[in-house]
Amino acid sequence: MGKTFHKPLALSDQVTHYCPGCTHGVIHRLVAEVIDELGIQRRTVGIAPVGCAVLMYNYFTFDFLEAAHGRAPAQATGMKRVRPDLVVFTYQGDGDLASIGMGEIIHAANRGEKITVIFVNNAVYGMTGGQMAPTTMPNQRTTTSPFGRRVEEVGMPIKMAELLAALQTPAYITRQTVIKPKFVNKAKKSIKKAFEYQMAGQCFSFVEVVSTCPTNWGLTPVEALRWAEETMLPYYQLGDLKTPE
Amino acid sequence: MSKVLMKGNEAIGEAAIRAGCLNYFAYPITPQSEVAEYLSRRLPEMGGVFLQGESEVAVSYMIFGAAAAGERVFTTSSSPGISLMSEAISYMAGAQCPAVFVNIMRGGPGLGGILPSQADYLQATKGIGHGDCRLLVLAPASVQEAVEMVMMAFPLAEKYRNPVMILGDGLIGQMMEPVEFPDHLKTAPSNKNEWAVNGMETRKSDRRNLIRSLYLDPEKLNENNLILKAKYDRMKKEEVRFEAYNTDGDYGVLIVSYGTMSRVCRTAIDQLKERGIEVGMIRPQTVFPFPETAVEKAAGKKSCRVVASIEMSMGQMVEDVERAVKGKRPVQWYGKCGGDVPTPEEVMTFVTSLAA
Repeated sequence: MGKTFHKPLALSDQVTHYCPGCTHGVIHRLVAEVIDELGIQRRTVGIAPVGCAVLMYNYFTFDFLEAAHGRAPAQATGMKRVRPDLVVFTYQGDGDLASIGMGEIIHAANRGEKITVIFVNNAVYGMTGGQMAPTTMPNQRTTTSPFGRRVEEVGMPIKMAELLAALQTPAYITRQTVIKPKFVNKAKKSIKKAFEYQMAGQCFSFVEVVSTCPTNWGLTPVEALRWAEETMLPYYQLGDLKTPE
Repeated sequence: MSKVLMKGNEAIGEAAIRAGCLNYFAYPITPQSEVAEYLSRRLPEMGGVFLQGESEVAVSYMIFGAAAAGERVFTTSSSPGISLMSEAISYMAGAQCPAVFVNIMRGGPGLGGILPSQADYLQATKGIGHGDCRLLVLAPASVQEAVEMVMMAFPLAEKYRNPVMILGDGLIGQMMEPVEFPDHLKTAPSNKNEWAVNGMETRKSDRRNLIRSLYLDPEKLNENNLILKAKYDRMKKEEVRFEAYNTDGDYGVLIVSYGTMSRVCRTAIDQLKERGIEVGMIRPQTVFPFPETAVEKAAGKKSCRVVASIEMSMGQMVEDVERAVKGKRPVQWYGKCGGDVPTPEEVMTFVTSLAA
């Protein structure tokens, strides 16, 4: 009987710095599995964000460029335009992509850059210690919304996938999650499609992944999974918003 | 190639192409938008990349992304735009990525004006962004020199794996002058596969490359800063460029001036000579590294009684001149910074007041 489970080649041996119950590890693995399956490790460049995944390059085995906060889609644009043969993806959190990087993501999407964006939405700034993000849920307590997000003051959380889907150019926009095994396989399929569309030179591809942050939510890992399912999923609905077919 | 009459901005665009740089990202801003207009036609012809970004911030990171992949890339902007790009320049210096940034300076601060200025001197020469970062800064005084400096800038950026800036005032961009283009540069970016993030398949080994400026370990960060400092020190040793004018004989006043302003000073020096007043000039062609030794030496001449920093700013380069002169001679400043270039007459009046 052959080996049925192994570590993807695209993942390194390093132990991650992620907190217990954080879903970055699962999403990293999915990206790595997809890169292995597509056989693109040697021509892929990842753009690492500012945020919890800032050190993600330590956990992968291919070329990486570090981004400034929010600027990853611009860096990916520059790289992909001068080296269209490379596979370029960004991996960004919600503070990074939906706040400081709002301009860069909208314009990269609207130009139809042939890049892939993995958008990890856990409704909070993780690395800086749990501040309110544009995706923070109404009444959600964070270190800068200690009484809960007051939507009458700061507005409703931004649905990035819907916002980008409103543009005519970007063609693959989807929202997935990894909070339950049944969702993980679907998320992987979406990530794979996103890379395949890029490789075919077809379109800008965007995969939002609803994620957890037990540490900054002040919950146990199990409670965090439940909170994401009960609070985030009704608002951040799963599924494809746009496909090129 | 024979001489052609060309606007500075267009010549800068053409010079980059001849330097083997076929990648350009930009955001329009007066007084340099003609570079983008010119290259939006020329680069597609050459099979190159032209992209108008959504902001100077985004453009500077497109430059970072392209540079990280080891390709020659450049952008052009003007003062307020350069302020927005200074963040990426700091990241690129920290991450050791080469690229060329052209600043066709306009008046400031804030929106300032759209006419020529040299008021970004301190910004360009004293570490443009946050952290210990420096740029190699070339300051052309004519369209011809702008062309030569653009072509020189790419190999310099690659030699140091550091951003290089062309610091020209608005007149350099807007003026038309006859220009002769040197032959195409034959060099390609060297050793890029050793450090660039251009896919592991470009390398013989299985090594993966990583480009970053983050070092959470204080010792590692200090180490990186020492590497950068060694490069800046090497620039000071190897890259100082300047031109001396009328410094062979005796002179009572030494002018230090660069860019368009130095050409006005040159006219003033010629006219003063006819009146029997001798004035020498050191014209920095690199403002970082600043030609300290040349200025010190020229100021130290027995006949020289006073040194004048003449610039289109409210006294920025004068700080470097003072540092170079080391208190051995009095240093005076003259300048204007509204957008109109001081006339030779104004310079002569100032210089004669010093010579008196």
